[in-house]
Amino acid sequence: MSVAVTTPVPTPATSAPARRPKLKTERLSSRVSSAGLNVAVLALTLAWVTPTLGLLINSFRPSGAFNTSGWWTALAPPYQFTLDSYSHVLGASDLPSAFFNSFMITIPGTIIPTAIAAFAAYAFAWMKFPGRNWIFLALVGLLAVPLQMTFIPLLTIAVHLGLTSGNTLPFGLNAGFIAVWIAHTGYGLPFAIYLLANFFRVLPSDLFESAEIDGAGPVTVFFRLILPLSVPALASLIIFQFLWVWNDLLVALIYIGGTPEVAPLTLTLTNLVGSLGQHIEYLTAAAFISMVVPLVVFFTLQRYFVRGILAGSVKG
Amino acid sequence: MDGVTPLITRLPALEVDWQTLLTVTLPLLLLVIIGVPLALAAYIVGAEMLVKRLPKRAQPSVRPWIWVGPAIFFVAVILVYPMLGTVWTSLLDRNGTSFVGLGNFTRLLTDGGILIVLRNNLLWLILYPGLVLLFGLLMAVLSDRVKYEKPIKSLIFMPMAISFVAMAVIWQFVYYYRPSDVPQTGILNAILVNIFHGQPQTWIQDTRFNNFALIFIGVWGATGFAMVILSAALKGIPGELLEAARVDGANELTVFRRIILPLMMPTIVVVGTTMVIFALKAFDVVYVMTAGNYNTDILARRMYAELYKAGNHANASALAVILLLAVVPVLIFNLRQFRAVESRR
Repeated sequence: MSVAVTTPVPTPATSAPARRPKLKTERLSSRVSSAGLNVAVLALTLAWVTPTLGLLINSFRPSGAFNTSGWWTALAPPYQFTLDSYSHVLGASDLPSAFFNSFMITIPGTIIPTAIAAFAAYAFAWMKFPGRNWIFLALVGLLAVPLQMTFIPLLTIAVHLGLTSGNTLPFGLNAGFIAVWIAHTGYGLPFAIYLLANFFRVLPSDLFESAEIDGAGPVTVFFRLILPLSVPALASLIIFQFLWVWNDLLVALIYIGGTPEVAPLTLTLTNLVGSLGQHIEYLTAAAFISMVVPLVVFFTLQRYFVRGILAGSVKG
Repeated sequence: MDGVTPLITRLPALEVDWQTLLTVTLPLLLLVIIGVPLALAAYIVGAEMLVKRLPKRAQPSVRPWIWVGPAIFFVAVILVYPMLGTVWTSLLDRNGTSFVGLGNFTRLLTDGGILIVLRNNLLWLILYPGLVLLFGLLMAVLSDRVKYEKPIKSLIFMPMAISFVAMAVIWQFVYYYRPSDVPQTGILNAILVNIFHGQPQTWIQDTRFNNFALIFIGVWGATGFAMVILSAALKGIPGELLEAARVDGANELTVFRRIILPLMMPTIVVVGTTMVIFALKAFDVVYVMTAGNYNTDILARRMYAELYKAGNHANASALAVILLLAVVPVLIFNLRQFRAVESRR
C-alpha cells in the first residue's frame, strides 16, 4: 500500500485566523493544537465513554451493588471489585462453540455481501446498461425495507429448500448457516452497493481510461485499480457489516432458531441471562465479552483508514 | 425489557466438546474462510472468460449483467419478492381472502393513536440524522487535528461494537430513576440532583423527555459510524490540493468551504441518507427500552406489534407501505444527486 505524503487536513470549527498556516514551519507548529481544541475533544470523548464505563464498572461490582449505589461510588474506597459476573458468564459451557458459530456466521456474512456489492457497484459506477439508474434507485429504496417484513416469506422458502438448522450438508456444514449467510447477504447488499458505488463513482475516471487504452480488461481494472483505490471504503464497509452480523440476534434467531449447536454468541449470551431484567449484572459482563471480537476487528482494520491513499495512487 | 423474552427460547447448556470443535468445526471454519472468497473470485473471473468468447459487439451489452447479476438475484429473492407480497397483503383483509383496496390505510390513519406514532417518527427523522451528522463531522474534524486521534476515535466508535440489547442496558444506568430521598444510581439524575440540586426525572417514562432520551441512545450508537466514514473521506482529500489553495492565500475557512466540504459532500450525503433511513427503520431502541409505551411508539415497532402480537398481517403490511412512502423524498433526492454526479462526468 503506497501512501502519499500527507499534510494535516485543516478543519473549520477550530481554525482561528491566527492559526492560518502559510509557511511549512508554521503549519508544523499548528500541529501543536490549541488548548481549546484539546479540551473540546477530551470533553466530547469523556461524555461518549461514560455510559460504557458505567456498565464496565458495574460488571466488576458485587452482585446487586449497582442497584443501591451509583457505579461511580465504586471508584472510591473501600474498593470492592470482583470477577464473579465474568466467571459466571465464562463458566457457561456453550461459549466456546458459540464463538465458532459467530465466526461461522459472521465471516461469510461479511465477505459474500461485500464481494457481490463490489462487483455490482463497479457496474453501477463505470458501466452503461439499460435500467441502470432505476435499478440503483430501487436498491436505495430497499434500504428502508424493515427486515421484519421479509421474515415470513423467506422462512417459507428456506424450509422449502431444506436450509434449516435441522439439516447437515457435506463437510458437516449445518444448512442453517447457509440460510443466515444468504439472509445477511440480501439485507446487507443495498447499503453495501450504495456505499461502494458512491465511492467508486468519484474515483478519477482518467485512470480507468488510460488503463483501458493499455488493454486492461474489467477484471484487471477491478482487482488492480478499483479495489486498491477503495481500501478506505471497503475497510469501512467490512467493519460495519461485520459488526452488524456479529451483533445480530434477530436474524439468527429467525433462521436458525433455538438450535444450540449453531447458536451464535449473541443468542447464547442472551440465553445465559434468560430474562434481561433479572441478572443485569451478568449481562454487563456478557456484553463486554461479546464486544471483544468486534473491537479487535476494528483495531486491526483501522490502519487501513490511511489518509491520502487516493492522492497517492493518482500521483503514482 | 420483558418484550424481548418471548423471542428467546432457553437453550440447554452444552458440554464443551473440544475434540469436535478442533477436529470438525475448526477445519470447517477454515474451509469456509478460504472457500467463500475463492468461489466469489472464481465466479467473476470465469464469467468474464465466458463473456470474452462472445462476439465483440455483444460483449458490452452482456458484461454489466455479469457484474450486477448476483446482487440483483439476492436482492430480488431476499427483499423484493417478500416486499411485493407485503404490499399485496396490505390491500387484502386481515384473513387475506378478500381485496379491500385502501381500507387498511384509512382505518389505520383515522385511528387516534397513529398521530403520536407519526409525530415520533418525524422527531426521529429530523433529530437523529441531524445530531449524528453534527457529532460525526465534529468528531471527525476535531480528532483529525490532535495527536491522540486513534484512541479518541476508537473510544467514540466503541458503541458501534455493542448490540442494541447491551446499549439498552448501558443507558439504563444513565437514565435510571430513583426517588429523591435515596441515592441516585443513574448518572444523569445523579448529576441533576447532586450538582444542579434539581429533582430526579423519569427520563424514559416522562413524555416531555423520553423521545429525546431514546433518540439520543441511537445518536450515541451511530455517531462513531458517521465519524469513521466522514473521517475516511476527510483523509481521502489530496494534500496537494489544500496546499495549492493555501499557497494562493486562501484562509482555513475558505479551504474548508471551497475544497473540503465540496469534496466531502458525496460522503456527507451518503451518511446523511443512511441516517435518514436508519431513523425511519428505528426499531430496536424503542422496542427494548419502552416497547412503544409512554408515547414513544414508532412505525416500525407498531408494525412489528401488528405482525407478531396481533397477528394482523394486513395492518402490518399497510404500516410497512407507509414507511416505504415516507422514504420517497430520500429516493428523489438521491436520484438527483446521482444524476448530478453523472452529468459532471
